[in-house]
Amino acid sequence: MKKKYSIFSLIKNAFSYHENWGKAWKDPVPKKEYEAVIVGGGGHGLATAYYLAKKHNMRNIAVVEKGWIGGGNTGRNTTIIRSNYLWDASAGLYDHALKIWEGLSQELNYNVMFSQRGVMNLAHNLQDVRDLKRRTHANRLNGIDAVYLNTDEVKKFCPIINTSPDIRYPVLGGTLQRRAGTARHDAVAWGYARGADAMGVDIIQNCEVKGIKRNGDNIEGIETTKGFIKTKKIGVVAAGHSSVIADMAGLKLPLESKPLQALVSEPVKPVIDTVVMSNAVHAYVSQSDKGELVIGAGTDDYVSYSQKGSHDIVEGTLNAILELYPIFSRMRMLRQWGGIVDICPDASPIISKTSIKGLYFNCGWGTGGFKATPGSGDLFAHTIANDEPHKLNAAFNINRFISGDLVDEHGAAAVAH
Amino acid sequence: MFVINCPYCGEREQSEFKAGGEAHIVRPKQPTELSDDEWAEYLFMRKNIKGLQFERWVHTHGCRKWFNVARDTSNDIIKAVYKMGEKPPSK
Repeated sequence: MKKKYSIFSLIKNAFSYHENWGKAWKDPVPKKEYEAVIVGGGGHGLATAYYLAKKHNMRNIAVVEKGWIGGGNTGRNTTIIRSNYLWDASAGLYDHALKIWEGLSQELNYNVMFSQRGVMNLAHNLQDVRDLKRRTHANRLNGIDAVYLNTDEVKKFCPIINTSPDIRYPVLGGTLQRRAGTARHDAVAWGYARGADAMGVDIIQNCEVKGIKRNGDNIEGIETTKGFIKTKKIGVVAAGHSSVIADMAGLKLPLESKPLQALVSEPVKPVIDTVVMSNAVHAYVSQSDKGELVIGAGTDDYVSYSQKGSHDIVEGTLNAILELYPIFSRMRMLRQWGGIVDICPDASPIISKTSIKGLYFNCGWGTGGFKATPGSGDLFAHTIANDEPHKLNAAFNINRFISGDLVDEHGAAAVAH
Repeated sequence: MFVINCPYCGEREQSEFKAGGEAHIVRPKQPTELSDDEWAEYLFMRKNIKGLQFERWVHTHGCRKWFNVARDTSNDIIKAVYKMGEKPPSK
């Protein structure tokens, strides 16, 4: 059993200058065989392993990660958490995640710094206004908190927004989800890793999957850079690289992987105490606890695994940011980066069994997977353990692209994709 | 960010173009005969290759013509540009 983090352990370790904290997770050599192997050590993969061990008592399992845990999209997103999605299936999925977020720090005994500072989505034209009002009503029918704000209320909630009517994309109103907010992205991965490790899960870093061994329609194991691992169940949570892993098993997925960029500014004193998203102009901004503005941009429209996007995308986003927040005009940007997001044609995720027995995919989260991390892990673990989806992720099966029963969140999810 | 050599206009910034996705997906000759699986394959399933990919681009802010590009998606280096209807280069 791991030592519990508490005020007492903090004081105790202060006496040794915080140099003797125990390791939060082991660094094991892979065993010959596991009951299940999770491919991808990001937040979703680690959460999947955690819930497999905790709720389904599958403890002889491993997470294999080609780099270091949380080093992919988990460490590259803008940490926004919300559940104000239009369709019932999405509302169920994302609000399930939000409810877990609300107790996650206590459950993991790890401070994920979940901050319910509210997320505001802006409307810039009449269609936006109608769409956002419709979504507010849909949210409330699904038991999700949502209010529509007029321009004055937007200004009151976030005074630094320029609500002048003569800007290129004037603010005509917005929606507010008060339960929404942000969390510390790395801490989510680390907290789940520590929790899973404590229950016996092997977290194997620097271990890249090179092949999937099949015997007919059954899984026999995976070929990795650390040797062959025998297993009957593989859960793939590889985000932008999902298609690459699928190809190893001879599967094709309805995904395209594209760069999504974000950037942070130099740290400043508190200036914005909420998250403001503007779908029409692709500008998302919040302020980290360190004081940096965290700014999200849109995706490039071409397939790329290069983890870098085009400059004109960032330029467009910063134009919008400056028009909406003239106060930021002299801020300097410190870092800019790209992550590779796997986007489904309907902009909804896939949490599903496949045509190959024992092979499961959790992918297609596109530009907004971070918010779903706990819920995604919980539901994917359920799907793997029972070989059947949970009712909350039944609609997110891979066969919806054949049946046509899509969950079309394109533009409906408060964010244009 | 990269430069694309439009077969009609020459080298231009990528931001002048729009990506049209995977190339050489053949439009079904008899759509009424297609099964749901075949429709899914045609409409949604993509190779999404990490490495050399054949794809369509259109010079939106230029000649507005469509053409094909062979590009390494792992580093965005363009290997070849060829016109619509032509076969991808063999090397």
